[in-house]
Amino acid sequence: MARKALTALVLLLPVVAVAGVFLSRPRLDPPDILAGLAGDADRGQLVFDAGGCAACHAAPKAEGAARLVLSGGREFASPFGTFVAPNISPDRQAGIGAWAPIDLWNALHNGTSPERRHYYPAFPYTSYVNATPQDVVDLFAYLKTLPADPTPSQPHAVGFPFNIRAGLGAWKALFFRPGWVVNLPPEAPEQLARGRYLAEALGHCSECHTPRNLLGARDKSRWLAGAPIPGARGSVPNITPARLDWSEADLVEYFTSGFTPEYDSAGGAMVEVIENLARLPRTDRAALAAYLKAVPPVE
Amino acid sequence: MQLKSIIGATILAATTVAIALPLTAQAPDFKNEITARQSVMRLYVFNIGQLAAMAKGELDYDATRAAAAADNLAKLATLDQSLMWPQGSDNFSVENTRAMPELWDNMGDAQSKQTALIAATGTLAEVAGDGLDALRANLGPVGQACSACHKVYREPK
Repeated sequence: MARKALTALVLLLPVVAVAGVFLSRPRLDPPDILAGLAGDADRGQLVFDAGGCAACHAAPKAEGAARLVLSGGREFASPFGTFVAPNISPDRQAGIGAWAPIDLWNALHNGTSPERRHYYPAFPYTSYVNATPQDVVDLFAYLKTLPADPTPSQPHAVGFPFNIRAGLGAWKALFFRPGWVVNLPPEAPEQLARGRYLAEALGHCSECHTPRNLLGARDKSRWLAGAPIPGARGSVPNITPARLDWSEADLVEYFTSGFTPEYDSAGGAMVEVIENLARLPRTDRAALAAYLKAVPPVE
Repeated sequence: MQLKSIIGATILAATTVAIALPLTAQAPDFKNEITARQSVMRLYVFNIGQLAAMAKGELDYDATRAAAAADNLAKLATLDQSLMWPQGSDNFSVENTRAMPELWDNMGDAQSKQTALIAATGTLAEVAGDGLDALRANLGPVGQACSACHKVYREPK
């Protein structure tokens, strides 16, 4: 009897292992998800700015027009190692010049590369998963218009066991979910829904402003309640209404010029965010401000 | 025995003094310099405050006030601050400053960022009296010029 059970277990183990690997396999959606959608590069530029793509993918310290050369190379310290932003310029070898729109969709929506590998969530697909198909094809059209650069992408410097990409399948199964964090009632004004889309999907505010657990996943119960800065002194502030008492006009001014209500100017990583927000229509900055006032307060 | 311990105590005391002396002759704290440069920042804050309050709609637009504040900003940007930023007055060496040592490692870059601030405040001073739209459109670039330095050379809170 015991022997029989043991035999069953031994036979079952590979099945479970195979099933586990299969279930945590990188997910790819078929191209028909984007069927009938035409990309508009002008609208895509707005998605690009709202998504802050250049802040990570431009060369380190690039300013002005150089920020549109998405050759990668910027390093991001984390408790798991150092991630290096890849080249996403339209170069066919070094960048994404050979991609189709569906490849960008799968990267943003599934965290999966065209070669069917998991991306690390240092690339915030955990937020971009909520981007609309139309915004993805518009962004794709815009990315195509940017200059190509042949600089090869650098490997991440991530130690064992986090260098095993298959482990990311389990991570995704545990933590990777589409959907909104802040619930809005159906009668909520259109502006709030737009603000939530900008903040939770494209703008990925929570990727810095929400604390993470030991496995690097955001603690959604402490949404936007502040977090340490990985690899540096100081901290990312709590921007829930419990701590951030700025008016909506204050927030819009901050998103436009970087001046706080005390007329200090923005510093640190937020400067690049404001550079991007300043390029959006004023109505979008007002929508973001409205969203921040509607976030549940967390001490 | 007693003599021995007296000698011992003397040697100990002398050694202590010898070690302590260089510590008491401490590196300067640059208190005056830091106060001076933070005072310049306060002057920026006051004048930006006038303009941003108008941009936000908290204060009615007033061409004379706007022009005066913007003119002050342009003057502040050209102020010679070279004596206020001595080597070693960074946030790893002294207290009460958030200025990072990287500033002193990249003085050329910092100076070009100041040149950009002079340009942005100069433009603002030219148009601030021309109306609220002109003020709004040209206040953003001033903020971005301020932030360009604060992004890389000021420690986040």
